[in-house]
Amino acid sequence: MIELILRRLGGALMILFGVAAITFMLLYALPADPAVQLAGRSATAQTVANIRHELGLDQPLLLQFVHYLGNLVQGDLGRSYTQKTEVMTLILARLPATLILMVSGILVEVAIGLTLGTIAALNRGGFVDRLVMTVSFIGVSAPQFVVALLLLYVFAATLQWFPMSGFGTFSHVVLPALTLGVLGAGWYARMVRSAMIDVLNQDYVRTARAKGVAERAVILRHAVPNALLPIVAMIGIDIGQFMGGVVVVEAVYGWPGIGQLAWQAIQQVDIPIIMGVTLISSLAIVIGNLIADLVAPLIDPRIRPR
Amino acid sequence: MRIAREFLRRPTAVFGLIVVLLVVIGALAAPLIAPYAPDEQLFDGLTLEGAPIGPDAAFLLGTDTLGRDLLTRLLFGARTSLIIGVVANGTAVAIGLGVGMLAGYLRGPAGNALMRFTDLMMAFPALLLAIVLAALFHPSLWIVAMVIAMVNWVQVARIVYTETRGLVERDFILAERSLGAGHGRIVFRHVLPHLMPTAIVWGTLGIATTVLLEATLSFLGVGVQPPEPSWGNIIFESQSFFTSAPWLVIFPGIAILLTALSFNLVGDALRDILDPTQRGRM
Repeated sequence: MIELILRRLGGALMILFGVAAITFMLLYALPADPAVQLAGRSATAQTVANIRHELGLDQPLLLQFVHYLGNLVQGDLGRSYTQKTEVMTLILARLPATLILMVSGILVEVAIGLTLGTIAALNRGGFVDRLVMTVSFIGVSAPQFVVALLLLYVFAATLQWFPMSGFGTFSHVVLPALTLGVLGAGWYARMVRSAMIDVLNQDYVRTARAKGVAERAVILRHAVPNALLPIVAMIGIDIGQFMGGVVVVEAVYGWPGIGQLAWQAIQQVDIPIIMGVTLISSLAIVIGNLIADLVAPLIDPRIRPR
Repeated sequence: MRIAREFLRRPTAVFGLIVVLLVVIGALAAPLIAPYAPDEQLFDGLTLEGAPIGPDAAFLLGTDTLGRDLLTRLLFGARTSLIIGVVANGTAVAIGLGVGMLAGYLRGPAGNALMRFTDLMMAFPALLLAIVLAALFHPSLWIVAMVIAMVNWVQVARIVYTETRGLVERDFILAERSLGAGHGRIVFRHVLPHLMPTAIVWGTLGIATTVLLEATLSFLGVGVQPPEPSWGNIIFESQSFFTSAPWLVIFPGIAILLTALSFNLVGDALRDILDPTQRGRM
């Protein structure tokens, strides 16, 4: 087990190094020039050159990258071009808001997905099953920003149950969490349904039924816990998806998380922030996958390494 | 024949196919059936106060903030969505097929290196990467299509890799090899045909993902640029008016949803029919 963890951690570090290298190359190969952007429209060539020198952008690319990696190892993501602050500080300041959004979104997803998926599996082939599957397909096909705008229109602008945008109280988090959760729940419902159908065909479920265990207990005690495995794997993957995918929801709801930080940085060609957010998001994806891999054996002894 | 018969037995799949066909026809025939020109700012397209007009007899779906007919723009927007859907997703499936097949067939260090690269791409935050790339290039239809392809090929590669690994172990490939067939013959005559169902399924399902991604990029203003109409940028242009003119969000939203849903329904049915082992699963 320890060996497995160490090997996965090593692999994760390699992946993060690769992500850093590729993002670095991409950002510097792009046509957008941060020095020109910073200098403004009326700047002379000399000003632009000065800014470029100040930011170290006139050094060879490889040297810049080695320099960046050296700082990265010490947990230093560099300084923002426009805000003149440490990128790490900026990200840490925004991270809690995104985490709140992520956790509430995942809670909504799991709650809806688990309920609908179980109901569908128990009515396999029936009307309810088909209804749930169709609805879940609509969920996974709906554009996030449209749902966000419509929720705002109905519940904030018209009914005025929730605020239009902002951050701070429970009512601020409801609409963004619903947007993320309702749409993601479709995947969970489908996953839970197929896992439940597998489990319900297993011998131990038949045994439990044959022993005369009440149907309710068969499902809640025997079937659901075993169908949880794919859910755990999915939450792991979701954690990563969320970190990279919150840009849209944060933009619509004015949610002050790292998605918005990234969005502003993209518009200002603030490369250190873009790099930083990409790396943090990749880290989240890698950690999410690690969680999925490492937690699975704890839940299901059959796949525990010997 | 069997495939067509099984397909037609599924009401949701038939619904999906009909909508897909309607969108394709609408996109192709846009210049013929659209009531106005896509960029025409109509003289009576705005109220006296300069606000967009809601759905009525002259403008079936209303007008936008510049007094252009929304139905016309949606029809022309369908072209954008379909072009990007087909080009971007076709490219993604082609790259995925190539990388996955090569890695699965070669195995060994070369195959391993390819799959490690795929793992690396999986660790990229896809949407963020797409937004960054699209924003920092000067976004155009083709750039958006390529950005989406660069982000979406990875999943296909993984699935194709797993399938190819299974295929090359099979007896008929071994037989072919012992008869002296070269790599090219084995790959193109024997491996590739077996991967076609996967390619077809992902060629369909992937269009749904692509349409959604294009709409999202355009909504953020880093996708297809106005005045060229796209369902995403119609919403982008009118989002600050959406409380007073909700039809400018609702109708393009329905167009995006229906199109993505239909490609998903068709692709899902094809997966069930072409790959019986997956039946009743995801």
